[in-house]
Amino acid sequence: MAILRVKDVSKRFGGLKALTDVNLSVEENSVHAIIGPNGAGKSTLLNCLVGKLMPDTGTVLFDNASVLGLEPYQINQMGISRVFQTPEIFGELTVMENMLIPIFAMRDGAFRMHAYETIANEKTIVEQAESVLEEMNMADKRQMHAAALSRGDKRRLEIGMCLSQNPRLLLLDEPTAGMARADTNNTIDLLKQIKDERDITIAIIEHDMHVVFSLAERITVLAQGTPLVEDTPENIRGNPKVREAYLGEAA
Amino acid sequence: MDAILLQILNGLDKGSAYALIALGLTLIFGTLGVVNFAHGALFMIGAFCAVTLQKLMNLSFEVVDESQQDFLGNPLKVETPYVEAWFGPEVGAAIIDWSVPLAILFAIPIMLLVGYVMERGLIKYFYKRPHADQILVTFGLAIVLQEIVKYFFGANPIQTPPPDALSGSIDLGVMVGFDPNAIIYPIWRLVYFGFAVAIIGAVFSFLQFTTFGMVVRAGMADRETVGLLGINIDRRFTIMFGIAAAVAGLAGVMYGPLNPPNYHMGMDFLVLSFVVVVVGGMGSLPGAVLAGFLLGILESFASTTWATTTIPGINQIIIYLVAIIVLLTRPRGLMGRKGVMEE
Amino acid sequence: MLGLNKKDTSLLIIVGLLTLLAPFILNPFPEGSAMAQFNAGYPDLMQRFVIFGIFAIGFNILFGLTGYLSFGHAAFLGVGSYSAVWMFKLLSYNVIPAIALSVVVAGLFSLLIGFVSLRRSGIYFSILTLAFAQMSFALAYSVLSNPKFNLTNGETGLQVYADDPQILQGANSPDLPHLFGLPMRATYTMDVGAWSFDFNAGYYLCAVVMMVVFYLAIRIFRSPFGMMLRAVKSNQQRMNYTGLNSKPYTLAAFVISGMYAGLAGGLMAAMDPLAGAERMQWTASGEVVLMTILGGTGTLIGPILGAGFIKYFENIFSKINDNVLHSWFAFLPDGLEDAVVFLIHPFIGKGWHLTLGILFMLVVIYLPGGLVEGGQRMLNWFKNKKTATDDTKSGKTEPAE
Repeated sequence: MAILRVKDVSKRFGGLKALTDVNLSVEENSVHAIIGPNGAGKSTLLNCLVGKLMPDTGTVLFDNASVLGLEPYQINQMGISRVFQTPEIFGELTVMENMLIPIFAMRDGAFRMHAYETIANEKTIVEQAESVLEEMNMADKRQMHAAALSRGDKRRLEIGMCLSQNPRLLLLDEPTAGMARADTNNTIDLLKQIKDERDITIAIIEHDMHVVFSLAERITVLAQGTPLVEDTPENIRGNPKVREAYLGEAA
Repeated sequence: MDAILLQILNGLDKGSAYALIALGLTLIFGTLGVVNFAHGALFMIGAFCAVTLQKLMNLSFEVVDESQQDFLGNPLKVETPYVEAWFGPEVGAAIIDWSVPLAILFAIPIMLLVGYVMERGLIKYFYKRPHADQILVTFGLAIVLQEIVKYFFGANPIQTPPPDALSGSIDLGVMVGFDPNAIIYPIWRLVYFGFAVAIIGAVFSFLQFTTFGMVVRAGMADRETVGLLGINIDRRFTIMFGIAAAVAGLAGVMYGPLNPPNYHMGMDFLVLSFVVVVVGGMGSLPGAVLAGFLLGILESFASTTWATTTIPGINQIIIYLVAIIVLLTRPRGLMGRKGVMEE
Repeated sequence: MLGLNKKDTSLLIIVGLLTLLAPFILNPFPEGSAMAQFNAGYPDLMQRFVIFGIFAIGFNILFGLTGYLSFGHAAFLGVGSYSAVWMFKLLSYNVIPAIALSVVVAGLFSLLIGFVSLRRSGIYFSILTLAFAQMSFALAYSVLSNPKFNLTNGETGLQVYADDPQILQGANSPDLPHLFGLPMRATYTMDVGAWSFDFNAGYYLCAVVMMVVFYLAIRIFRSPFGMMLRAVKSNQQRMNYTGLNSKPYTLAAFVISGMYAGLAGGLMAAMDPLAGAERMQWTASGEVVLMTILGGTGTLIGPILGAGFIKYFENIFSKINDNVLHSWFAFLPDGLEDAVVFLIHPFIGKGWHLTLGILFMLVVIYLPGGLVEGGQRMLNWFKNKKTATDDTKSGKTEPAE
């Protein structure tokens, strides 16, 4: 069953057509990659999915409910978590607090005036946060300020924060951009582990073919704002159209 | 009809001051990305340049005139300003009379210097600090500047009369075909308005037609890219800060004859000028000028007897009310662009 | 204790003891001695310490946690004062309803202003709050004091007149603000040898209130809500993509700090039943910003330290005049003495604002973390020095690498 459906989505910026009639479905519990050359409209598409941009036409359905016109926090509450290109974390807060916030958000909703409670008394939430930190291999860093973490650890923390909410769909926006090879491989391993251990759908926008072919089960190639082809990694690799539009250019 | 025209005219002088201060604020904010809470103080310093020049010109020595006697029968002591002694009584008197316009020449180098020192000595260290720190340090500077002026010039307003030839009023109404005495308008207000228009025109053509201005405008749009092109943007921005300081200072110099300068005039204007900038659209130079004049005129309409009897005190709060309405309906201000100074 | 961890409990106890014993601590010099001018243990000043402490604690909940810099908090203080005086005028001189109303009205007022101002963030927010405060000042100073509708009594200031209704004012109750019959001005003076200590009812009321709201502030700082507020300051984008709506959090912080300001205003009126518009001016807003920063933004104790520091030196500096200076520097040769006095003169007496402005700049430039950070730096410095000497000692026994 498709968990995310994008139907006939178009978006223009003035005279520039960023997206034209994009149709796309992401199957539940799959890893779906969206690739394409620079300027193909990948980021625009992603921003339409999370409520940052409003498409001019078309619909975006998550679990058969429209997400258009909703604020990012409402979309998150529906079960979509997003990882950014450069890790977006709470730099001034400790690693532990970074992990607590999404769990509180999941339990208490978008706003709750819990001003007279003490964090230490919220035992179940603290335990959940601890277990995600363990899973991320970050338990020993729990008292560090997140801003002091290494780039790879920041990424790990951000992914952990998203996972702590048990999202149904995890959106990753070039999760390995600007990373050293070792960090990239660590991130790939982490994502593989997540894919194997959890019931989760992952949609990933990526530039790095190594990452895409290591993870993806389906790949959509976007070119000039419209999907060129959608297929399995094996077939994409051999597709001459894709080579022409993207891989050929890179090779 | 003539009453409406009169109110519009009445709003021009304050509108001019708002526009000039807001223009400088926007220039500084657009180029350096700094919110300058000391900008009102620059306006005030300009006004006190005129005060100082007037005092200097009036410096006198005493001569005992044996030929005349005062009412006690003693020989009369006559105060003679030095300028009259040096240049002859007529030229000297004219210099004293024209001391406010002359102060423009006196104020330009001073304001450029003040701006330069402020930017190089303080503001430059705050480019990378949070906006809150910029606000706070310039706020502290504003207090210091205004207290220094208070220390030297006292707390009371100081009269700075316009030249005799430009004082008094003229009947503008007759000139455009209304009844006599319908629109009696002080000459100095016209002078101030003309002066403001000239300065605004100068700033805009400077930005529009010179390479320097082009770089500055490009820097306002995208500082990083311009910096990457290998253009030394910092030095130009320093000069821009000096120019913004001079614009505020000149606005202050000429404002003296409209309202006697006092040490806190800067802060009074600053708050309203900020509102003007917000209404005009942060980062938009035409927006700042337009909103300055609009709000000045609006304030003038709110000050009519009819308005103040209907809603007492409306003239004091009208600008804030308008600002709230504008922000609620057009959060980016009248001419603000998307993505410019959103934070 | 009270749901606080050990560190916070001891902080609360220390602050509690200091405020309780303030009449002793602040009067260390014998009456009539040359140093007596540095005493601060008289009721009026002690009241100001704690009232401005409350104001700054509240301001810190907004600025310290969310990073939103409001330049208009004096408006809420002023609104609190006006509400309290109205309670005196309409009901009675009992301070309880007055203080309660000042908190409620300031809360509603800050809800209104916060709702509009928080549509923008950053600089816009600061400018908007500044504009609102100036508008409130204009409203209080002239607009709302016309014969048809006199809410604030304009320039004179709002005060209680003999023909005010005061419907609950009993025949025997004091004709001054009181707490169920105990006048706020009641002061017990204890003379011990050359020393004299004042115990003032009003001060202790303010002190108790401050301890309560300080405790609440600690609770907020340590609560999930407080953590969310720090998240607002740190990264709003991440917050929104984590399923949290940052707007109501910020607004809640704004209203809470507005209520703290209103409480301070109400207490001010309870100590002296007069409310004037000048309390709402931008300089007053700037003062609380300075207190918070000087003490240490985002720290628990900082705002209280900052408020005490500023109010103390304001008092001392305003009292010093040229004669005092001459007596201090009398040991210098005449010419030098005059020169020193001439140099210091602009900063004392009426020049306090100049000193304040300079202090403001120095703190922002050199000590953005305020006194708390300064103290920590000194501690670290001493520690490092100690470890450094330890190292050299050990260096003698162990060969260096």
